[in-house]
Amino acid sequence: MSGYLTGVLVTLSFNVIAAYAVYLPMAAGQLNLGIAGFMAIGAYLGAFLTNELSWPIWAAVPVSAGLAGTVGLLIGLPVLRTHGIYLAMATFALGQVISATFLNLEVVGGAAGYPVAAYAPPAVVFAAAAGVFLFMVLLSTTRFALYLTAVKSDATVADLLGISVRGIQVAAFTLGAVVAGFGGALYGHHYSFIEAQHFNVMLSVFPVLYVLFGGTQTVLGPLVGALFFTLAPEWLRASAEWRYALFAMFIILFMAARPQGLVTTSMFRLLGRRKAQAPA
Amino acid sequence: MVSQQIVNGLMLGSIYMLVAVAFTLAIGVLNFLNFSIPGLFMLGGMAAYGGVKMGLHWSLAFAGALALAGLVSLAVERLAYRPMRGGDPEVPLVSSLGFLVLLENLMLIRFGSDQQAFPALLADTNLRVGGLVIGMAQLASLALSIALVIWLSWFLSATNTGRRVRTVAESGETAVLLGIDMSSLVPRLFIGSALLAATAGILFAVNYQQVSPFMGEGVGFKGVAAMIVGGMGSIWGAVLGGLLIGMVEVLSISLIGSNVVNITVYGLLLLILILRPQGLMGRPPSREKL
Repeated sequence: MSGYLTGVLVTLSFNVIAAYAVYLPMAAGQLNLGIAGFMAIGAYLGAFLTNELSWPIWAAVPVSAGLAGTVGLLIGLPVLRTHGIYLAMATFALGQVISATFLNLEVVGGAAGYPVAAYAPPAVVFAAAAGVFLFMVLLSTTRFALYLTAVKSDATVADLLGISVRGIQVAAFTLGAVVAGFGGALYGHHYSFIEAQHFNVMLSVFPVLYVLFGGTQTVLGPLVGALFFTLAPEWLRASAEWRYALFAMFIILFMAARPQGLVTTSMFRLLGRRKAQAPA
Repeated sequence: MVSQQIVNGLMLGSIYMLVAVAFTLAIGVLNFLNFSIPGLFMLGGMAAYGGVKMGLHWSLAFAGALALAGLVSLAVERLAYRPMRGGDPEVPLVSSLGFLVLLENLMLIRFGSDQQAFPALLADTNLRVGGLVIGMAQLASLALSIALVIWLSWFLSATNTGRRVRTVAESGETAVLLGIDMSSLVPRLFIGSALLAATAGILFAVNYQQVSPFMGEGVGFKGVAAMIVGGMGSIWGAVLGGLLIGMVEVLSISLIGSNVVNITVYGLLLLILILRPQGLMGRPPSREKL
């Protein structure tokens, strides 16, 4: 495998993990605009464990993912009192506060960044992304996925049917944070260097784009979205400076033509629904 | 020294205030978190810079920048908002973000990624009041921002169009039933919100004498924060939030250091969201389901 191809595939793997971190809360109807914060927790804690306490990577990464999840749980409880756009903004603020906190933590390098000694080779990254994907596919066959859809579609009805709406919401938010923390911890160990500035708003927002572009209705949507967003700019590389402009134009036109995203459960049902909506 | 910082905070806050009002128009009325607003803010500043650099008189350059922002905002309405009406509220976010990326990269191609110096329009005439230094450009933009907001508030409460806007904000369906022509009102709202954002961008360029293709991101997101702190959908809330965020930013830079700005500003936002989600001056959501 050429170095270029490996590089692109590694980026793809991280993007897939990030996309699924956004997908889980979104499947429960939450727009999480702060996953960069959870990635930062995973990245910094993972690096701290291997650097300062000389933990092995295989132990440090899951533990950091777990801690990111714990933070998600603790913060999710108050934050999930808000709904819709308020929740989106709360997660957005949360992501900003977390990465700004790391920017000021001198014990992990502060603004200068934090080198990571232990190294995770590309094969590990690929395996991790595949693992996250398989986990999500598995999850989509369980009742939990049904609960998520129920809570997203109509929380009141889900509540009446005996689903613990708040429990499901917190679980989805926390699991998303775990996946983000997992990706972040791996990111630090693969690239051998982390800096707080990397975990910015755009890092939170782009995975949301992958998911909405790919479509939120099926478990395949985030994968397809991440694939497209990683590979399309590479294909457009020939047109150097115009590539992001062309790419943005394509996204705008695509979303105007197909707002549900690329992959949907049933084309026919959707066509019918769109017709029904047309007169509004 | 602190009073000087308060003056600076007010100036910065007046820019956040305009951006926050632009966001509030989009979200309070249309329930659309319009991420193209930071792009329109940047377009205002960059296009004004381009015009002045081409040798246009500043008034022409500013008018051109405003017109351009209005046109782009119409495209946002047509391509990002209209096709998704009635769908998931987060979907138009994708395409409005697409516009932000598009505008940034178009400006990048045209002007390069470096920060450009915006020429000083007003000769450096500073007002000195009891040890305080107040730039005339700053004072003029503060006055202009406040005048714009007062006018907008009057417009929304006293005119027919304003009444229609408030009806749509209350309930889009009711507005349609009452015979409000959404297809003409919505584009006008988009233009209005774009003009506010672009004006803020021009004022930023004049005040801080610098523009760059990415100037919209930081200011735009703080504008969102200001809007929420003040209370979504409330014009005066956006004013209060904008001034508060500007003040918090300037004071935390001068008292603690520039690295803590994101902690204090977004920490304040998070705190408000947890303690009082409707914002300082917002009404509690009336149709909460659970």
